[in-house]
Amino acid sequence: MNLYEYQAKRLFAEYGIPIPNGDVARTPEEAHAVAEQLGGRVVVKSQVHTGGRGKAGGVKLADDPADAQAKAKDILGLDIKGHITRIVLIDEIAPGGIEQEIYLAILIDRAAKKPMIMASYEGGMDIEEVAATQPDKIFRVWIDPSLGLRGYHATYIASGMGLPKNLWKEFNSLLKNLYTCFIGSDASLCEINPLVITGEGHLMALDGKVSIDDSALSRQPKLAEMEDKSIIPPSELKAAEAGVSFIKLDGNIGCMVNGAGLAMTTMDIIKLFGGEPANFLDIGGGASAEKVTAALEIILSDPNVEAVLINIFGGITRGDDVARGIVAALDKIDTDVPIILRLAGTNYQEGLAILSKANLPTAETLSEAAKKAIEAAKNN
Amino acid sequence: MSILIDKNTRVLVQGITGSQGTFHTGRMLATGTNIVAGAVPGKGGQAVHDVPVFNSAQEAVNETGANCSVIFVPARFAPDAIFEAADAGIPLVVCLTEHIPVLDMIKVRNYLDKTDTRLVGPNCPGLVTPGECNVGIISGDIVKPGPIGVVSRSGTLTYEVVYALTYRDMGQSTCVGIGGDPINGTNFIDVLELFEKDDQTERIILMGEIGGNDEEKAAEYIKNHVSKPVTAFIAGQTAPPGRRMGHAGAIVEGGAGTAEGKKLALEAAGVRVAQHPEQIVDLILA
Repeated sequence: MNLYEYQAKRLFAEYGIPIPNGDVARTPEEAHAVAEQLGGRVVVKSQVHTGGRGKAGGVKLADDPADAQAKAKDILGLDIKGHITRIVLIDEIAPGGIEQEIYLAILIDRAAKKPMIMASYEGGMDIEEVAATQPDKIFRVWIDPSLGLRGYHATYIASGMGLPKNLWKEFNSLLKNLYTCFIGSDASLCEINPLVITGEGHLMALDGKVSIDDSALSRQPKLAEMEDKSIIPPSELKAAEAGVSFIKLDGNIGCMVNGAGLAMTTMDIIKLFGGEPANFLDIGGGASAEKVTAALEIILSDPNVEAVLINIFGGITRGDDVARGIVAALDKIDTDVPIILRLAGTNYQEGLAILSKANLPTAETLSEAAKKAIEAAKNN
Repeated sequence: MSILIDKNTRVLVQGITGSQGTFHTGRMLATGTNIVAGAVPGKGGQAVHDVPVFNSAQEAVNETGANCSVIFVPARFAPDAIFEAADAGIPLVVCLTEHIPVLDMIKVRNYLDKTDTRLVGPNCPGLVTPGECNVGIISGDIVKPGPIGVVSRSGTLTYEVVYALTYRDMGQSTCVGIGGDPINGTNFIDVLELFEKDDQTERIILMGEIGGNDEEKAAEYIKNHVSKPVTAFIAGQTAPPGRRMGHAGAIVEGGAGTAEGKKLALEAAGVRVAQHPEQIVDLILA
């Protein structure tokens, strides 16, 4: 789960990391009020879950409250890579201006199997370019989880990237706070770009990106609540409530599969044989009647769906459970859309016996099921 | 021969009294697996399918000589179960649990690296040496003994390819599901190394998926260290690009992780890459 910039920075502030004064607005009038309260020049920033905001015109300086209102009016509603701006953040500009932009991030390094700190004195919008062309300008330190972040880690980075010595102590405590935030929030990424040296000679986080590990949200209830549910399509929201992963696509063949890898493979094979998948749907391990019913309802709520392919390969999910779920779902849902079923693995024979009453077309292999679904969609 | 498990493997089931633990213990026993013990705190003295249950992994090891553990425990308790098995000196621990937080797995993995315990998983279907030993949830009905080694990142996709092989009468030496979590215990390279050394294994199937760069690293390893023929499949060729956040991912992975990139890396290493799982069999027969 990703936080918005303003949520990320508020989280940083809770851990003692300096951020500019500011507040969010959902209308130009609110932006005016926030800017008035802050006084002086402000920056108006689109809050969307994507990068490249500055280059897309989603970040603008404003001289006074009226200007902030006008800039907010421009930015609210702005489409940045398919993300519509619904919220803007109004921040005071860095006290005394910006002397230097630094890049600082903590993330999980899958290969090293440790948290990794990355820092560069060449921070700002072109950091990916720096990484590609001058990799020696990016300093990396890996942290042993049983040891945690130590002072020498911070010194190594500060010294390596050439941070002025008078800021080392401040950097040391900021990095420690960021690491505490990273661990305490079950983050997979905490990124500050830029971390600036202000004209007044202090460090300040002008931007923030935080991703939280979805598997840890149950023990991070405060962070879980920060999710902006208004931007999630209703079908995906319903899927999340039912405990299934769902992503809507543009095709006409609905898919219900257990396991992400097999769900992707089912989509791949539909496409390979000339069809177009209408969605990715993984019902996960174990499949209650409620789950299967919800999943089928979600798939059929898409008017483009002309056939449904259910592909269940039992392991921890049992074929008989899924079969009962499908029978229960079909009792509740009245549909003319043809449903092609492929059941294999754990208890599939019991499952097929239960389903024989429902009289659904079945297939033995995945390619046979995909071809039948494509054919059924054509004839529907 | 086979890798990791065979008829001499003595299996402990952690979480044996839960509904999944009990159900799959029955299925593992039915395929001839030598399950010697269960372990659940507070349930010592009970029996499940006539398998004695102990209060701790250590007691189970002391009493039965278990040398492999399979974990059917919810995510909140699974890291402790792995630590417990490793502390009891069990050389092979298989964890099926999904949704273990990444930071927990980082602690687990860094701890295990200092022990002699190998972890397979988490979030995996386990492994099976057909006809000898089945540790996990891969259905015994779909496997048969033979010369093909299978390693896969995805659970149900493992079943799919194993089923396709068995359907065409091609047996397997050992099938290993390594799990799809970002931090796991055993990776492609570990298993490729074992298959390369195993006499029974004549060819290898590698089932990957989009994300991360494990397939790319496996390709590099195959090029330099694997003499047996390898056939592969990468799931997610049609998946929409995920929402990427921040610059960190791009800096670290530098564009790796797509199905196309993985396919090209594997092909450059001499691996034949199938368009769908059933086609793997055609590629082998061709």
